[in-house]
This record gives sequence, structure tokens and C-alpha cells, in this order.
Amino acid sequence: MATNVERGTMNYSMERAEPGLPSESAKKLAKGLGWFSIGLGLAELLAPRAIASISGVSKERTGLIRLYGLREIAAGITIFAQEKPTEGVWSRVAGDALDLTSLGLAATNPSAKKGRIAFATANVLAVTALDVMCAMQLSGNGTRGIHAKGSCVVNRAPEDVYAFWRNFQNLPRFMRHVESVEDLGDGRSHWKVKGPAGMDVEWDATIVADVPNEVITWRSLENSDVDNAGAVRFERAPGGRGTIVKVNLEYNPTAGALGAMVAKLFGEEPEQQLDDDLRRFKQVMEVGEVVVSDATLFGTGYMTQRPAQPAASSELEQAEMLPSQTATNYGTEEALPQGRAAGRSTL
Amino acid sequence: MRAHCWYGKTITSVQEVPDPQILNQRDAIVKISSTAICGSDLHLYNGFIPTMQRGDILGHEFMGEVVEVGREVHNLKVGDRVVVPFPIACGNCFFCKQEMFSLCENSNPNAWMAEKMFGHAPAGIFGYSHLTGGYAGGQAEYARVPFADVGPIKVPSTLSDEQVLFLSDIFPTGWMGAEMCDIKPGDTIAIWGCGPVGQFSIRSAFLLGAERVIAIDEIPERLQMAEQGGAETINYAEQNVYEALMDKTGGRGPDACIDDVGMEAHAPGIIHAYDRVKQAMMLETDRPHALREAIMCCRNGGTVSVIGVYGGFMDKFPIGSLMNRSITIKTGQAHVQRYMRPLLERIENGDIDPSFVVTHRMSLEDAPLGYDIFKNKKDNCIKIVLKPDWTGNGNGTVH
Repeated sequence: MATNVERGTMNYSMERAEPGLPSESAKKLAKGLGWFSIGLGLAELLAPRAIASISGVSKERTGLIRLYGLREIAAGITIFAQEKPTEGVWSRVAGDALDLTSLGLAATNPSAKKGRIAFATANVLAVTALDVMCAMQLSGNGTRGIHAKGSCVVNRAPEDVYAFWRNFQNLPRFMRHVESVEDLGDGRSHWKVKGPAGMDVEWDATIVADVPNEVITWRSLENSDVDNAGAVRFERAPGGRGTIVKVNLEYNPTAGALGAMVAKLFGEEPEQQLDDDLRRFKQVMEVGEVVVSDATLFGTGYMTQRPAQPAASSELEQAEMLPSQTATNYGTEEALPQGRAAGRSTL
Repeated sequence: MRAHCWYGKTITSVQEVPDPQILNQRDAIVKISSTAICGSDLHLYNGFIPTMQRGDILGHEFMGEVVEVGREVHNLKVGDRVVVPFPIACGNCFFCKQEMFSLCENSNPNAWMAEKMFGHAPAGIFGYSHLTGGYAGGQAEYARVPFADVGPIKVPSTLSDEQVLFLSDIFPTGWMGAEMCDIKPGDTIAIWGCGPVGQFSIRSAFLLGAERVIAIDEIPERLQMAEQGGAETINYAEQNVYEALMDKTGGRGPDACIDDVGMEAHAPGIIHAYDRVKQAMMLETDRPHALREAIMCCRNGGTVSVIGVYGGFMDKFPIGSLMNRSITIKTGQAHVQRYMRPLLERIENGDIDPSFVVTHRMSLEDAPLGYDIFKNKKDNCIKIVLKPDWTGNGNGTVH
């Protein structure tokens, strides 16, 4: 159930920034393997006795070798027929396993030429390694796109939570890396993100889908430096326990050095960053501002922790996510009921 | 300001550090008049809690005078005398709404660290490692108190610091340990550990209606204090605890058992050596002797209340005894905010005077000495109160 919901969300968000798009190098490798398949397949089909001789297998096995040739050709055709040849390459991996098994069985035959079988096995193993590498690159959406998903429960109604998020200018209040989001009207927005060494990355984005109190998805416009998309879904938690917020983010850095920089920015632990952002989102929604401790003035990572002792004023000036930047306007109806709960113990 | 900082296993020092400032709008700054050393501080001191960093200010039991309040603190004003609870709690989240304040979802910015260790994160705590938020502690001249509109309780000037200071932790903690036993008239409660929290569990168990309380320890002065509180005692160095308890209860076992010891339990002989070695080699983080024994001794269908602090993992946990005999386990860091007001009333009406537990008073400047005395149970020490404005003489150990 949950998976379906997520897939639905992904469809909204990934209109252009397709996570599954394979990288150029993986595609090239797949094509090479496709030609290799067809070449080897033709050789096995047309000259099975020569193949048997090279690999040290009994010449009585020509029927089986011809069958394997057909399998190779089929795999090759599959690779060329698909835009994303994942299945073709995986079928090659399965074929490699079959080849290795056959060679292993052949080696047990007393008349087998052990040296040649060993040579053939080494070759198949080398190709298997290539096949597996290529197939994994094609299968994972990870070689290019950086994907993060996360969720949290907010003790507020979906209407409140949606309204806060829908005003994109609120996002920098809990997203550590986002410096500002400017509303350009017509569902368009301009994003400015803090990069390493004080460099900012900017792009324009547009809302793809917007169902009040349920879902918002957005993606960057064509020719952005950072091709990215996001989706947030709001579900009413059972029993009146607020709102379950589910977020998917996708970054496809495309433009050279800048892209690499952004990959680094978002790449190390993207889900951890998203979790931290969602924790701050929950704090802003539930207590009105981001909650800071002495140790986390510069972030919650291991490397950014400072000692749990007060910071000097000069150090505080450098701190990020201070409440002065994140607080909601108190005193409005937004503010939550506060105050000490009345004692309700056994006393 | 002066503050007691951690620099490594058993290495602490009182240092000059910047004064705290209001960072969140619901903060208050408190000028500390009294602060105590807690048994759980020794787990930090002895290096058993991960994620400590050099320079961390220790201490989570403190009280004092409000000297500054944030824009959104409306219930306190400058000059109020308050006791501060050790868990930091927002009052707005799912758990705070259920008065499970030590599970607050919003007060621990380092929740991810705790999630890696515990699966889910507990609330932030003052001066108790980065795992619980990385907040400066209260063994200092001043402290920043987040969510000051939820936590601190105002105390009347008619009561002394030592009568109310322990509302910050050990009185509510000892109380919750007893409350979790769901005590019925006629019940016998066995309590492992006669340190400060154990002493409050003993007295709380009686206040909650226990017929008999049997307290277990090996330190003579602690057993003596337990007896003054009305408990029968077992010295585990001299007697087999299981046999002594069965003897006292006709073989049935106590109705409920409280573990007021936690992760650094001591036990006689080979069992202790076994767990001590495993802990030293990181094969287990917690020495489980008290908890194992409490489970084995508890009567069928009884309750084991775990209020002593554990940090990680343990070995040889008697799950078979627990399961086959319908035993209930209840646990938790004390939800202090839930108990402060009603327990203050208990103090005001004379049901209990928590100052009985104090054996040592000294200057904040002598905190490192205090840790050494407390850890090694020197000088009949049970509870140390530190005072930033101490005017006593010598090294300040007056009792």
C-alpha cells in the first residue's frame, strides 16, 4: 500500500527528471556487450566445433553449444531493442552463470582438456564481471540521479501543514541548504541554494501538481544547472494524530563542475539531510521555530558538532538556522496552546 | 562564567566559558544557586556513554533564579526562583501531550544519533552527551533553559534549596520507579541500589502504599539510610540476595522489583568479573547484574521496574524467566515535568523532606574533587550539592 502511494508520487514528480535514465558510460558498455553477445552467438551457432576446441570441451557437445549461441544472440538483440537495456544485460549475467556451470561440469570429464577449460573459464569470468557491473549501473537509478525520501508525523492538521509548505518562501526556514525561494507567480519559483565555499547555485522551478491538503510536486525548468524535482504528500494520520508528511527529492546534476559540486552537496547522505530538514520542519510546525542546542549551532553532523557549552557572541554570528531566521509569527492563531500540563499522576 | 566541563574519561575541570544567551524564544536563562552530582553523571565520567565531546558542560540537576526570559515565556519573570527538570520537553508534540516528557520529539536536535543506537530517539537532556541533544549542563553559574514555559517550576521561598533541588531528577525518578510497580495494599517491594535514587524509591514506595520495602546494596551508610527510611535491608556482599528475598517472602518473591542501579552494576565474585571483562572489551555496554537478579527474584506475575540508566546492550538477559512467569517490565527516563507539581505539594505538606539525602556540600570549583569522592564512595558520600557562590572554607567538603 505504502509503496503504491510512493510510486504515485514519483510519477507526479519525475516527469522530466527521470531517475532511471542510465548514464552514457553504462549505455556504451551495454552496447559493447550486445555486439559481443551477437558475435559470440554467431560463432557458437555456425562453428560449434571450433568453439568446443578453443574452450577444451568435448566435440560431442556441439548441439548444446549451438543452443547457447542462440541464447547469446537473443541477449544481444534484447540489448539493442531496449532504450534501457537492463533486462538484456541481466540475461547475459544469467547466461554467464550457465556457461560457468557447463564449463565446471565439462572439467569433471576425464577426457577434458583442463588447461583450455581453465582459460575459457577465466575469460567467461572476466566478461561476467563486466556484465554484472553494467547491469547494476543500469538497474540502480543511482549512478546519476541522487534520490532521497523521508517522512515524519506532524501534530497539526493536513490543512495547516500543506499551507505552510505550499508557501515555498517558508522552505528555507527548515531546509538547511536552501537560502531562499522566491515566488515568481504562475506556480513558478526561483531557488537559491548554498554551496560549498560560499558558492550559490540557483535555478527556476515550476509546480507540476498541486492538490490542496494532499500533494505538491515541483521540478526545475529546462536548462537548469541542477535538474531536480520534489514531491511532498500529506496524509491525515489515523485517530486525529496529525499529518504524515512524505517527501521525495531527486537531483540530477548535469552541468560539469557545478553539477559535481551539487552532487557532493547532496550526495553524501541525502536521506540524512532530508531527515534533518524534516525534523526541523516538524519543530517549526509544532513549536514555532527550529530548536537549537549548543552542540548543533553549525549542524547536526558528527563533524559539525561543537562542545555542549555556550557559544561566544562572535561564534553565534556564524551560526545557521538560528530561531531569529526560522521563527513563525507568534501571537497569531498559528501559535500552539502551550504551558505546563496539569499533573495527572498517581498523586 | 565558570562551568564544570568534561575532557575525557574521569578527566573534568572547572573552566571559564562564555555566558549563555537566549537562542529560542521560549528560553530562559537561570542563575544557578544549587546543582547536584547525579549517579548517572558517573556513567559519563567513567566513559560509558558515547558521543561526549571535550568541553561539554556536565550536570542536569539544578535550580536557581530566572535572570532573563525569551519573548514567548509568559509564565516566568526575572527574579523567579525555579527548579529545572532534566528532560527538555516542548509541551506540544504527541508524547508531551501524553505527559511522556522524556520522549519529547522536538527537543533533541541530534535525534539521528540516538536513532542509530536505540531505533528511536528520546528527548534532549541537559549536560548528558550529544546523543541527547548536546545541551550545556547545569554544573555552571548560568544555564540556558529551553521551553522554559513548560519545564521549570516556581518554588516558594519558605523551602530551602536542598528541600526542592531534587525535584529536578532524583525524587521524581525514584518516585516513577515506585509508581511503575503499580503498588497495591500489602505489597512487598524489593529495591536494588540504595544510592540517592534508590533512597527516593524506598520512601516513594511507602508513600504509594507498600507494606514492606526490602533494599539491597553493600555500602553500610547507604543501607543505614535505607533503614532510616523504613526499609529492611540485604547486604549482597554478605548474603545471597535470592535466598534472602525468598526467605523474607515465604519463597514467593517480592510483588515488584525496582532496578535503581543501571548499567554499572556491581556483584560479588565471578559474575561481576565476567560482565566487567565483557564491558571492557565492548562485548556488552551494560553490566546487567542487578536487572538479571531482579527478574529472577520477582514473584510470578509481578512487575520489574527499570529506572536505573542503561545505555546500550547486554548479555545473558533472562528472557525465559521473564516470559514464562508473566512478568511485566516497565521502564523509562523519568517524565519529570509530570511529577514536579504534585511532589512539590508532598514536600510542602511535610510528607517528605528530600534534603535527608545530602551528605556533602561544596563549591562548584571543587566539582572534580566531588566526582572523585562520589565515584569512589569516599567519606560516606551519598549525595553532593555544588554551589557556585559557595563561601565555605577549605576544600568545601562540609557535612
